[in-house]
Amino acid sequence: MSKHRVTATVNGDAVEFLCETGETLLEALRDELQLTGTKEGCGTGDCGACSVMLDGRLVCSCLVLGVEAQGKTIETVEGMAKGDELHPLQRKFLEHAALQCGICTPGMLISARALLERNPDPTEEEVRYWLAGNLCRCTGYHKIVEAVLDAAREMRGA
Amino acid sequence: MTVKYQEKPLKIVGTRPLRPDGVDKVTGRARYAADYNLPGQLIGKVLRSPHAHARIKSIDTSKAAALPGVKALVTRDDFADMPVEYAASGELTINFRDVTRNMMAREKVFYDGHPVAAVAATSASIAREALKLIKVEYEVLPHVIDVLEAMKPDAPLLHEHQFTDGVTPKPDKPSNVAKRMVFALGSLEEGFKQADLVIEREFNTKPVHQGYIEPQACVASYTEDGQVELWTGTQGHFVFRAQLAKVLQMDVSKIRVTATELGGGFGGKNNIYNEPLAIALSRKSHRPVKMVMTREEVFRATGPTSGANVKIKMGCTRDGRITAADAELNFQAGAFAGSSVGMASMCTFTRYDLDNVRVVGNDVTVNRPKVAAYRAPGAPIAVFGVESVIDEMARKLGIDPIDFRLKNAAKEGTQTYYGPTLGPIGFVETLNRAKAHPNYRLPLGPDQGRGIATGFWFNIGKETSSTVHVNEDGTVTLIIGIVDVAGGTRATMAMMVAEEFGIDYDKVRPVVGDTSALGFNFITAGSRGTFAGGMAAVLAARDAMEKLCRRVARIRDVPPEAVAWKDGRAQPAEGSGTQFKPMSLEEIAREAGRTGGTISGHSEINAEGAGPGFGTHIADVEVDRETGSIKILRYTIVQDVGKAIHPAYVEGQFEGGAVQGIGWALNEEYVYGADGVLQNPGFLDYRVPVASDVPFIDSVIVEVPNPNHPYGVRGCGEVPIIAPMAAISNAVENAIGVRLREQPMSPPRVLKAIEAAALATTQD
Amino acid sequence: MLASHRLSLAWIGRGVEIERKFVPCTIKKGSEMIEMRYEAPRTLKAAVALLAAANGRAKVLAGGTDLLIQMRSGRIDPELLIDVKCIPELRTIAEEKGGYRFGAAVSAMELVEHEGLARMWPGVIDAVKLIGSIQVKGRATVGGNLCNASPAADSVPALVAAGALARIIGPGGRREVPVEEIPAGPGLTSLRAGEMVVSILLPKRPQRSGDAYLRFTPRTEMDIAVVGAGVNLTLNAKGVCSRARVSLGAVAERVLLLPDAAAALIGQRVDAAALERLAAAASAACRPIDDKRGTKEYRIKVAGVMARRAAQIAVKRAKGEV
Repeated sequence: MSKHRVTATVNGDAVEFLCETGETLLEALRDELQLTGTKEGCGTGDCGACSVMLDGRLVCSCLVLGVEAQGKTIETVEGMAKGDELHPLQRKFLEHAALQCGICTPGMLISARALLERNPDPTEEEVRYWLAGNLCRCTGYHKIVEAVLDAAREMRGA
Repeated sequence: MTVKYQEKPLKIVGTRPLRPDGVDKVTGRARYAADYNLPGQLIGKVLRSPHAHARIKSIDTSKAAALPGVKALVTRDDFADMPVEYAASGELTINFRDVTRNMMAREKVFYDGHPVAAVAATSASIAREALKLIKVEYEVLPHVIDVLEAMKPDAPLLHEHQFTDGVTPKPDKPSNVAKRMVFALGSLEEGFKQADLVIEREFNTKPVHQGYIEPQACVASYTEDGQVELWTGTQGHFVFRAQLAKVLQMDVSKIRVTATELGGGFGGKNNIYNEPLAIALSRKSHRPVKMVMTREEVFRATGPTSGANVKIKMGCTRDGRITAADAELNFQAGAFAGSSVGMASMCTFTRYDLDNVRVVGNDVTVNRPKVAAYRAPGAPIAVFGVESVIDEMARKLGIDPIDFRLKNAAKEGTQTYYGPTLGPIGFVETLNRAKAHPNYRLPLGPDQGRGIATGFWFNIGKETSSTVHVNEDGTVTLIIGIVDVAGGTRATMAMMVAEEFGIDYDKVRPVVGDTSALGFNFITAGSRGTFAGGMAAVLAARDAMEKLCRRVARIRDVPPEAVAWKDGRAQPAEGSGTQFKPMSLEEIAREAGRTGGTISGHSEINAEGAGPGFGTHIADVEVDRETGSIKILRYTIVQDVGKAIHPAYVEGQFEGGAVQGIGWALNEEYVYGADGVLQNPGFLDYRVPVASDVPFIDSVIVEVPNPNHPYGVRGCGEVPIIAPMAAISNAVENAIGVRLREQPMSPPRVLKAIEAAALATTQD
Repeated sequence: MLASHRLSLAWIGRGVEIERKFVPCTIKKGSEMIEMRYEAPRTLKAAVALLAAANGRAKVLAGGTDLLIQMRSGRIDPELLIDVKCIPELRTIAEEKGGYRFGAAVSAMELVEHEGLARMWPGVIDAVKLIGSIQVKGRATVGGNLCNASPAADSVPALVAAGALARIIGPGGRREVPVEEIPAGPGLTSLRAGEMVVSILLPKRPQRSGDAYLRFTPRTEMDIAVVGAGVNLTLNAKGVCSRARVSLGAVAERVLLLPDAAAALIGQRVDAAALERLAAAASAACRPIDDKRGTKEYRIKVAGVMARRAAQIAVKRAKGEV
């Protein structure tokens, strides 16, 4: 079976993978590049567990074809921490107990970071609406929203 | 086995350290079942029934088998039939005759999504293509979806061999009612005679799904010498092993199951689905097989909880004393018998101290997926009815709803109608704390209302084992056999062990052992993790400490009884009159090798004495009268947990459980078409709450210690989901004077109720 | 009714330098081999040629937020995907004759972030904001929302109320049609063989104009409209409504433009009585179905409520109060 050869940048690294036309970016990340931090919860863009950044845009990687990633820049949860230093959101999620099973956590973190990059001082309501595309069944969102607001405070230096 | 509660000064228990699995989870390194891959692995896929009820006339897999890349196929012919044999699986009871039919249909398919065949191929796309080439000939049969329809004598019958259990004389005709059970205390007749007010109401609920975000996944390898290695997302790897050994007719010792990091379960991952198929495919193909469900498969074929019809009749005196309580619970079991109706029956009225009670439960088979446990299985359904009726009584009598409940509240010494007499419990404390909470007095605006409801859950113990290894540097490895289903039991057990030893929390590394590491552990269910797992871990630590003391006695050459463990060190026992230089854990560990060998502690127990948990909820809502939309303004949970080992994780249970309950109340439901096919098998139309649907949850932790746990733990995970449906319904009534007795309280239903009420008023 | 609101067209990645022609990928289907190819043409001409040559076996890929789901579920099985995100005309937002023209493959998030559009057509942008999650909007396009032809598509009633025009290209050349003429029924469009939507024009608007879109969903987000209502109106200097367009989504086989409902507003001060007549006219125009998302009677009732509330917002906007 012939496949497409795709080159892209993932978390700053040049990568290359093969995929069938119908394969999604999520499948390429997980199965071809072994970046399993990005999760599949639904495959239909309804849960947000597969959230990644694609050329600076927050997207569901299950709704992008692998072949569409040609030449693009992708950021996943594996690229959030810098060396020994966790991203403030990662730290705040831990401190606030904002994760339980953790399956939604990578997507939640990527989504929250995208929010804080465009809105460093969101209200509780803005956080809740921005994260509406990321389902969590364990936490009731309470500690997630707290962690995001606290991370925003810290990142603003407030 | 129980361990008595002892009050003592605490250093670690009650604090909020970080969970040991946390950093892996925020960096994407945690490994869930779908993240595992083995060399040479194949991908397995399942062909599922498109019919709600049909006889399988033939299955032809020859074309699929011929497709290049297909390495193995299995159907009913690859699995042994099983006789009737019951076992516990989580809170529910399973029957192996049904288990083998649920994992792969035999004579008939019983629901849309029922597995009919499975294939393993070199890629997912080839496996999917192969499924299209399997020809199944069905004889479509009439189906039944609704529980009351299924109970009618002329309803389409699922199981010709099923005669209603629990009625005398034994029926001569088969029925969809698998079992009828009755719990009774006192005399209903007497009770209703004493009543000044009698209210009788009927309630209906739809099945709802646990909605874990991680679909079921597993990787199985059947080795050439007949051993099985399995990595799977499960709430109980030992229970899975036991079930797999049965259905695959293998020795238990030949199956090793590793519980991977679990992406949510809530009772829905208590049962085997793809695991036996993956093992059978691996055995046939001589290669490892990975199977991951799609979200659609999760909804169509894994356990929702029951939908139900509930009838409640209660009587009380003018001053609010309940004199009689009668309930009939008709629960959908799905395709095979064994719903949570028994649990629900026992939870129906067990918050109140009542003299005259009867609960009748019917377990009814219908053409839907076999139900699975869901957080406090069944209790929310029964409690929706009871707490609604109690609210109506309190309102009619002009009594504050909390005062009404206080007047009837169960306390230590209350005789339950299902058997036990309650020990020390904290129900009254939760009611008093709720009444005193500022949220109970906040003013409400137009179309806003406040509702109260309460919940009870038994909590359970059961078989549990644990090992504590004192490592050569004085750190401790804690092996637990209870799966950390996300609540943080690895953290809480490590905290208790660190507290016992008197060492730092981060010196204890908790690890969930695979099935070869420990003896049998029951599944993580019934809020037993921190209770039973904690008890076993504490006992293992105490066993190790005793050995440490004996070792020090030998090293210091003093009598064993002269050595006691205190503040992280072996010290001269008080009053022993012996003096010697104390030894720290680290010092003993360093010398252990040459003074008698490694020191480990073990415990294998059947934990008893689980403390019942009670909670009181306050829901504030606002209703849009023109659209029927309900907004949750505030939500407050007050619950007795015995002791909060890690308060943040207890709050996490309250918050998560409450929001699941809110979803259940407002919008979650299984929608079937007239053809018996599920219409909403996805997160778009199966509406779990999103972040913008809910407010912050206000948590109040009450601690009335359980006397049968070393730290007073009761278990806390299930009570939070029980009351929301009733609390929200009561709040809606308070807001707009309309009472909802159908779940979900979705906008079309609310609007219809508002219009019906307006019409009734006009006609008056 | 169609199961999905999402878009079959989307946005382009920056920095795609070369036209890509991949080796066709093949999937075995029993004994026959079916090719599923992927093409990313850089010109309209090339796209039209590919579409025309495919004899209806091609699908236009823009955002893919509907298309990928339909492919995954097996509902569609195209032989060719034509990714249109490399075509400049489909990717641009530009002022035109005092209004705005935007490409059919501009992502919803790009539209939401465009300040000029949000100022001139806040109701349309409100509607675009409701298309799925932030993630979905990062890919989804209004062109796709339109061509997917879901009766519940959120952006379409707002575009219809706005009087938007769609530019279409095909083997027969270009044509411009009112947006309401494109959806023909659930999943069906009036596009002819080989045609595709290139761009959408939101016209210049008179002073004292306002538009709004409201939808009803059970959840606050992540839902398909049970009912959607778009209102676009202009007030004269005395505050009397001089022009109005009213539309409804999810109450019929396609999005409806409601002249009777608009008539309830025109010549009126848009007071409570006029709003009630609007609501009644909106409800009267519904011909919905019962489905898993709502009942007939519920849709009819709530259509009036949504139309009334949308009109109230539109009036406030026309008066410059919000």
